[in-house]
Amino acid sequence: MDLLRFTTAGSVDDGKSTLIGRLLYDSKSIFEDQYEAVKATSEKRGEEYVNLALLTDGLRAEREQGITIDVAYRYFATPKRKFIIADTPGHIQYTRNMVTGASTANLAIILIDARKGIIEQTMRHTFIASLLRIPHIVVCINKMDLVEYREEVFNTIKSEYEAFASKLDAIDIQFVPISALLGDNVVDRSTNMNWYNGPTLLHVLENVHISSDHNHIDARFPVQYVIRPMSTEHHDYRGFAGRVAGGIFRAGDKVTVLPSGFNSTVKSVDVFEGTIDDAFAPMSVTLTLNDEIDISRGDMIVKDNNQPESTQDIDLMVCWFNSRPLQLNGKYAIRHTTRDARCVIKEVVYKMDINTLHRNEEGKNIQMNDIGRIRLRTTVPLFIDSYKKNRITGSIILIDEATNETVGAGMII
Amino acid sequence: MKSYALSHLKELEAESIYVLREVAAQFERPALLFSGGKDSIVVSHLARKAFSPAKIPFPLLHIDTGHNFPETLEYRDAWAEKIGAKVIVRYVQDSIDKGRAVEEKGYNASRNALQTVTLLDTIEELKLDCAIGGARRDEEKARAKERFFSHRDEFGQWDPKNQRPELWNIFNGKKNMGEHFRVFPISNWTEMDVWQYILAENIPLPSLYFSHKRKVFQRDGQWLADFDFMMKRPTEVVEERVIRFRTIGDITCTGAVESKAATLEEVVQEVAASRTTERGTRADDKRSEAAMEDRKKQGYF
Repeated sequence: MDLLRFTTAGSVDDGKSTLIGRLLYDSKSIFEDQYEAVKATSEKRGEEYVNLALLTDGLRAEREQGITIDVAYRYFATPKRKFIIADTPGHIQYTRNMVTGASTANLAIILIDARKGIIEQTMRHTFIASLLRIPHIVVCINKMDLVEYREEVFNTIKSEYEAFASKLDAIDIQFVPISALLGDNVVDRSTNMNWYNGPTLLHVLENVHISSDHNHIDARFPVQYVIRPMSTEHHDYRGFAGRVAGGIFRAGDKVTVLPSGFNSTVKSVDVFEGTIDDAFAPMSVTLTLNDEIDISRGDMIVKDNNQPESTQDIDLMVCWFNSRPLQLNGKYAIRHTTRDARCVIKEVVYKMDINTLHRNEEGKNIQMNDIGRIRLRTTVPLFIDSYKKNRITGSIILIDEATNETVGAGMII
Repeated sequence: MKSYALSHLKELEAESIYVLREVAAQFERPALLFSGGKDSIVVSHLARKAFSPAKIPFPLLHIDTGHNFPETLEYRDAWAEKIGAKVIVRYVQDSIDKGRAVEEKGYNASRNALQTVTLLDTIEELKLDCAIGGARRDEEKARAKERFFSHRDEFGQWDPKNQRPELWNIFNGKKNMGEHFRVFPISNWTEMDVWQYILAENIPLPSLYFSHKRKVFQRDGQWLADFDFMMKRPTEVVEERVIRFRTIGDITCTGAVESKAATLEEVVQEVAASRTTERGTRADDKRSEAAMEDRKKQGYF
């Protein structure tokens, strides 16, 4: 059984909570005491129906205001797969939360109200999903029951969406007509839409091919921690612990260590149980090498014949999370894989209007929840790939050195 | 052709090991909060894997309420010896004796909340900059909002509305003097994942998790173990039942369930068939709807 991480995006009244509730309920993932607690609260608040949004709204302030403040993680399983849902709120701090949820997702569900069709928020959600390179998108055209389950409504929205999405980087997109409230095509196939021959939403979630979502070609091993037992039994052991960020590592592989550039070969791929044949993303292993080379956290082990770019000048798309706007010529701490450095913002190329996809080259003040293209220079070289090639070696975060807060996230172009 | 895909348990394991190594790399003086419950046992098992063949580079820290099951303490010492970890114990009783904490009164009195005082004092005493915990997001709705790396201010408090965004697997553990972090390596595991993993890895557990005979009495629909310090109402009658515990915590607030599951396989089957959450047996969560959130803000685990 494998694990699918997905995020749900939608605006306020498009039935996102109902859909999640339906998935959890129909897959028998809501426990009786959870359901009873939610039911009791709904009744206390005088609500007519059991408000499944209360399952995900965990904080006191959220329940009081009836809004979702933060990304909530939900878990469910079917006999085929385990699922992690990053449920992101639709309104406040939208970009920040959706970007956070999207950063680890294999798949995004984008909800469209069949009565309203594509709205500004749909485009925003799609843009963020594409920017964060979520490999699969499922567009759920919801509330089909309110448009008499008509095929032409579905087809019109589908072709409008395709026209819009063609402007973005190609990703795998599927469309499913559903009614989250009544359950049509969520878990069970609808009998109201015989014109639809595609899979139900759950069928898509259970069967979408995700093992190729990791890069298994370009070998990258950011060193996290050096293991030196200093015991009589393992006197000379020096292992480089880390999580494979891409490609496959095997004993005998010719490798180069960055930034030193020294060459060696992999002696063994170790885990607790012993030595294994190969390691691939996202495995956590320990590599030992045949030569004694000085290696520490922040270094990267790569293959001789396939190296990332080593550079101090980086172009990237940045999402801004802090109420203090991005400072041109400002200095920030930057973290890329396990490597720490400092950087200075050299240029803001443009700010993205995420509702229209227009590139604004005039107003370049990047504020909270804005997305823009910037150029920065780091104090030491980073070993980078484009985000498109590898989500791990292609991403960075920016940290305000005065407050230690994470203020921005970047995807390397 | 070989498939380059991991099972869900292997993927969760890889994620947790990555988090534990980040802790060792980013903090100077971390400690693993160890309660003797299955979640902290799994975290310590993962820590053993993360740093092998070296020893775990941080101690286990047990905040002992004085109301622990004897089986838990016995297990703690045997397990620590087996995995070669150092154990540090601090006692809630000492906090009470020093006047730092005041014992609750009445039938539902529990030292569960007092642990926070002892924990925060210990963090200060040992100058810990990171406390690793076994909390999971599926356990409770306030915990569903937790980060892997969760910042605590100089008062040990959690500010849920102002958490640092956490993207990809890049964790920001930067902090000022006096502040610390709580790190939750098994955030993404469910109760079922934990049990399946214990079964797959054959991890030994305290006997309390398996079916046994015990003197218990019923309160608010749950079976509580009978000990001298448990205040009982006149209507609460002690009887012997065949029970087991789904969670292990302070005796005063950990409810048992009637069960015949005596092996790991049987326990996993029982958990799979269960229609209530494990937190449903915890009286400490039932005090109010936001009981966990309120305790967490104060600095609880």
